[in-house]
Amino acid sequence: MSQDIRIKKGLTIKLVGDAKQTTTSVAQSKVYAVQPADFHGITPKILAKEGAKVKAGEALFYSKTDERILFPSPVSGTVTEIDRGARRRVLAIKIEADAKQSHKNFGKQKVADLDEAGVKNHLLAAGCWPFIKQRPYDIVANPNVAPKAIFISAYASAPLAADYSYTLQGKEEELQTAITAISKLTKGKVHVSAGANQQTPFDSINGIELHKVSGPHPSGNVGTQIAKIDPINKGEVVWVITPQDLVVIGELFLTGKLNLTRTIAVTGSKITEPQYVTAIAGATVADVVASNIDEDNARIISGNVLSGTQVDADGFLGYYDNQITAIPEGDDYDFFGWNRPIFDKISTSRALTFSWLLPKKKFDLNTNTNGEHRAFVVTGSYEEVFPLDIYPLQLLKAFMVKDLDEMEALGGYEVAPEDFALTEFICVSKQPHQQIIREGLDLMKEELG
Amino acid sequence: MSLKNKLHDLKEKYKGTKMAPAFNAFHTFLYTPNEVTHNGTHVKAADDLKRTMNTVIMALVPCLIFGMFNAGYQHYAAIDSSLREDVLANFFTMDNLWIGIIKVLPLVVVSYGVGLVIEFIFAVIKGHEVEEGYLVTGMLVPLIVPVDTPLWMLAVAVAFGVVIGKEVFGGTGMNILNPALTIRAFLFFAYPTWMSGDKVWVYDAVNRAGTADAISGETILGSYAQNLEPVYSNWDKFFGFIPGSVGETSTFLILIGAAFLIFTKIGSWRIIVSTFIGAAVMGVIFNQVVAADIITSSSKFYGLMSAPWWEHLMIGGLAFGAVYMATDPVTASQTNRGKWIYGFLIGFISIMIRVFNPAYPEGVFLAILLMNVFAPTIDHYVVRGNVKRRMNRLKVKTA
Repeated sequence: MSQDIRIKKGLTIKLVGDAKQTTTSVAQSKVYAVQPADFHGITPKILAKEGAKVKAGEALFYSKTDERILFPSPVSGTVTEIDRGARRRVLAIKIEADAKQSHKNFGKQKVADLDEAGVKNHLLAAGCWPFIKQRPYDIVANPNVAPKAIFISAYASAPLAADYSYTLQGKEEELQTAITAISKLTKGKVHVSAGANQQTPFDSINGIELHKVSGPHPSGNVGTQIAKIDPINKGEVVWVITPQDLVVIGELFLTGKLNLTRTIAVTGSKITEPQYVTAIAGATVADVVASNIDEDNARIISGNVLSGTQVDADGFLGYYDNQITAIPEGDDYDFFGWNRPIFDKISTSRALTFSWLLPKKKFDLNTNTNGEHRAFVVTGSYEEVFPLDIYPLQLLKAFMVKDLDEMEALGGYEVAPEDFALTEFICVSKQPHQQIIREGLDLMKEELG
Repeated sequence: MSLKNKLHDLKEKYKGTKMAPAFNAFHTFLYTPNEVTHNGTHVKAADDLKRTMNTVIMALVPCLIFGMFNAGYQHYAAIDSSLREDVLANFFTMDNLWIGIIKVLPLVVVSYGVGLVIEFIFAVIKGHEVEEGYLVTGMLVPLIVPVDTPLWMLAVAVAFGVVIGKEVFGGTGMNILNPALTIRAFLFFAYPTWMSGDKVWVYDAVNRAGTADAISGETILGSYAQNLEPVYSNWDKFFGFIPGSVGETSTFLILIGAAFLIFTKIGSWRIIVSTFIGAAVMGVIFNQVVAADIITSSSKFYGLMSAPWWEHLMIGGLAFGAVYMATDPVTASQTNRGKWIYGFLIGFISIMIRVFNPAYPEGVFLAILLMNVFAPTIDHYVVRGNVKRRMNRLKVKTA
């Protein structure tokens, strides 16, 4: 029996530059990169040497805490550079791609015949483990702790997000294989959430608990779905996988190869023709957006505008991202911007801001902060966009003062930074909510385990 | 070169210097800064703290303008009571407005001047930006003092209120007590003779005391406290053609301000509504006490206790306090459920103090300050409810 999720609190941010449902494939990039920062909390131990030849799927580095967790190269080619930053932190491992791609063969597997250990070892060996993230703490899952359930959100409500019902078309076989495999890793259920009134490839898939989701963003955030279906208690762990990564896992079992090609939504008002492209994870951004972008004063984001990462044109597509957004930078002054009536920006108040009159309008927002950083003053507004049974302001304050007892008691185990993206968006005091949550979660992990 | 570019160059010049916050205060008043997002959300909603505070100020402007006319009207009506026979014809006159300009505007100027200077000094010393909180406080203060309050007194009180009420805690967002009410409380306890009686509410009444031209204006609460029937009609009370502090007399305009604040989602409707409910409940209780003959008309509380409960809602500072003071988000309860409790208790205690306080028949500011202190306690218990729910979930799981 499936349980439908309907939320009322939230805010769907409608932006200009929705991707049209056509997919073109872009030329292979010259250089690909794997950036350890994409895997939060992982300290990389480098395996690949500069100048070495690697095949697609071959490990570049492993996690310091668990050497079984391998991080693979997305393409075959030559490791050209290990880019290091301050204190010799590895920023990126760059691979110059071969013209003809060759994949490391991990061997076809019949999923039905594998047991828990078999699936786990295969995922670890083939470098698919980083796809599995865990809550609490929103980090790559610890393979030694079995989750109480696995959650998959196949409904994207974030601004301009890729539409899964489009990008997953025709991937039923991969998805079914992956679901069969990962369901062996938990004694609990595999929960999949899909948009209500939407055809999804998951409609025909066995072995899952399918939930229909409706309501404004963050209804598509897996954190919201976990909270509504089976909230995390102290001591419990759930795993989270995105549908596009399930496809990779499925393909691994079916073909024995690790294929990190995915369908990326190229979106935003600075994109000339917003559409879908196929590209391999870690591709150079400039190649993905290829001449389809107005680069003049543009902010390019790998991911969505709420929790994506800022990248340069010569930067790289994030490992988990299936979206690139380009919006105008807002580095200009606004004359009496604090008191004149505002029609072209989104607001949840009605203080001479008129987005409430224009529910259908698509906005062209820029990166201006629309005001300065202040202490928390306004109360009661976060609750309107925050559907979890948590007091957001109180939790943020507990995280800021690093009061571990309070962090735990107020629901710290249940949240991820992206759950606080909307409160950060509407914050009158322009506080960095996601950063506060991230730092607090890191502290909790360190102190409470 | 345009103004925008000139200011930008100046900002770069001042960057990192002691005077940067002072310069930025003026600069950001003219222009919303060119700051862009870095981590976290790449786009932000349109509202900032300046806009929020500005909305409250807009809601206060009708009260200020009305207060300016009322300053003159009460003065002339005290001299010639026949003016009260046709209020509309004698209220919005240039003579009245002139008294408002010479008496009320200086209060506004002193309040903003002293308060903002202190804000700037603290911002420069502590190296943080000048915060917007005082924009509202500075507007509230002149509206809640008697019209004849000497300016030096106001200046001293503002200095006290801003420093002790706010800056020592760390500025806007950190204070425990409402700064405007801290200022009001300081005036009340430091200079009680200027804050109560039948002289201070009317311009020039203090000067003329003891002369042949002596005038006076007793507030409605003052009359009730002396077991006298007030001379004003209910419509006068509702629309505010009565003596009182500068901007708090017109319940009608305050309700319009409340509607504006609630519509713009800047003011908490929960606090506003629950304050009125709390006051009505206490009023009804007192009415019942009188109806049950528990006290007689000889009791010194009889006048205020027998005033109908709905009249309590529109006399004195209750409406002004409920709409503009209790809703201050920093000092109020921060949880939605807490706001109901907080507001209710403010209303309830206001009327209680109003009736039982022998020295000064108005309790709103004391009630709000008291609840400011208890707001964190209310929140604590509301939040514990959430924590307990989480604990129970865990227990059910493990049981």
